[in-house]
Amino acid sequence: MYSELVMEHFRNPRNMGVIEEADGVGEVGNPTCGDMMRITIKVKDDVLEDVKFQTLGCGAAVATSSMVTEMAKGKTLDEALEISNKGVAESLGGLPPNKMHCSNLAADGLHAAIEDYLEKQTAKA
Amino acid sequence: MENVIYMDHAATTPTDPEVLKAMEPWFDVQYGNPATLYSLGLLASQVVEESRSAVADVLGADPAEIYFTSGGTESNNWAIKGVADAHQKKGRHLITSTIEHHAILEPLEFLEKRGYEVTRVPVDGAGLVDPDAVRRAIRPDTILISIMHANNEVGTIEPIAEIGAVAREAGVLFHTDAVQSVAKIPVKVADLNVDILSLSAHKFYGPKGVGALYLAKRVRVTPLLHGGAQERRRRAGTLNVPGIVGLAKAIHKTADQMEAEAARESALRDRLWEGLRERIPHIYLNGHPTQRLPNALNFRVEGIEGEAMILCLDMNRVGVSSGSACTTGSLEPSHVLLAMGIAAEHAHGSIRMTLGRANTQEDIDYVIDTFPGIVARLREMSPVYNK
Repeated sequence: MYSELVMEHFRNPRNMGVIEEADGVGEVGNPTCGDMMRITIKVKDDVLEDVKFQTLGCGAAVATSSMVTEMAKGKTLDEALEISNKGVAESLGGLPPNKMHCSNLAADGLHAAIEDYLEKQTAKA
Repeated sequence: MENVIYMDHAATTPTDPEVLKAMEPWFDVQYGNPATLYSLGLLASQVVEESRSAVADVLGADPAEIYFTSGGTESNNWAIKGVADAHQKKGRHLITSTIEHHAILEPLEFLEKRGYEVTRVPVDGAGLVDPDAVRRAIRPDTILISIMHANNEVGTIEPIAEIGAVAREAGVLFHTDAVQSVAKIPVKVADLNVDILSLSAHKFYGPKGVGALYLAKRVRVTPLLHGGAQERRRRAGTLNVPGIVGLAKAIHKTADQMEAEAARESALRDRLWEGLRERIPHIYLNGHPTQRLPNALNFRVEGIEGEAMILCLDMNRVGVSSGSACTTGSLEPSHVLLAMGIAAEHAHGSIRMTLGRANTQEDIDYVIDTFPGIVARLREMSPVYNK
């Protein structure tokens, strides 16, 4: 059902966990749907210095979360905002059709974390 | 697929080697069509009738009341649509439960679109149907009650004899989907007060693609398949002779071993549940604690999702199913668990382990050793489990 790359990310997820005193936190999905993810980020000079995830969900939800953290790390905020759910799925070699909609939220989670960071910055200013 | 620990016997079972052997000659040596009149055909016709008697014997029915079908789905479709069509002059109301298999629920929805009415009786937290609720749902225009014998997801065994008594008292036909219960627990049509009963061979170590419908002599049904004169003109189509031979062999052998095997599997099942419960916090049984199929275990694991558990168990060579819909391609979690009042997030985190003949104590202990680590890892990954 899943590509070998999806299974590899599911078996060995990258950047799993929570950043203490994160600069931004993004949460998407909800447990009622069976998929939920929390992304925490550390930002320095407009660059994503660290990105971590926690995910409740199926194999696709875990793999996309893991992949998005890999794609985002080291990127500028503007570059990271360009990452799309579709792009994450493509980087994983595709997902089964029924997973494209329900379990492919990782880029949304990343964007939510960046927006949270930007709002905090605006509040400080 | 070496050394796989298979714990999904509610999905299907391996065909018993003896069954396979009994089927073999009917493919290529004695391949006659039982509807023909020369020796090759007569031999086939004879073995079909012997098989019919064997099935009737296990169910306590008359051989003339057994009809061979292509499996549980056809049997259920035929029972629902066949009775609905034949009795529409009496009425167009049917009664079922909220936890039936899709092979019951979908034909009923099909009928609703054509002007029939369906009452779905709810279940309690253990998945039990209340016979009194069925009684209250009966109307003058009720033509059929269909309640499953044992649920395929949680294994809860319904009070079929009591519901059958209610149906009989009201003069309404009663069908039970016994696909999960036949040859696992006693299924005698007279004891259960049923008029119509569905079964499927691959659930009891027979081949896939063959099943049967018990139709009491007095029951009128319209055929589902029209064509040749097979099965007393009620089910057209050349008989699946090897499949029928396999079904008969499998039901007989499995029913003969039933009592001992049920005791063995329920002891293993209880050992499994006790072992997991001791080692994993915040897991809860789904289904009835005692009134349950001897091989069935379904439980919810707080804070994680079913498919992730299945994938992790699969990496450890253990095959199970989940209550999560992710596996079936819809967003909704199991309708059975939801009907039992289990919250959607817990239904997503439910898992089903159904044991069978090949499972040993070593298998059970392996799962007890392996599964807690999987749960701990997935909970560590989960944003909603903070205990």
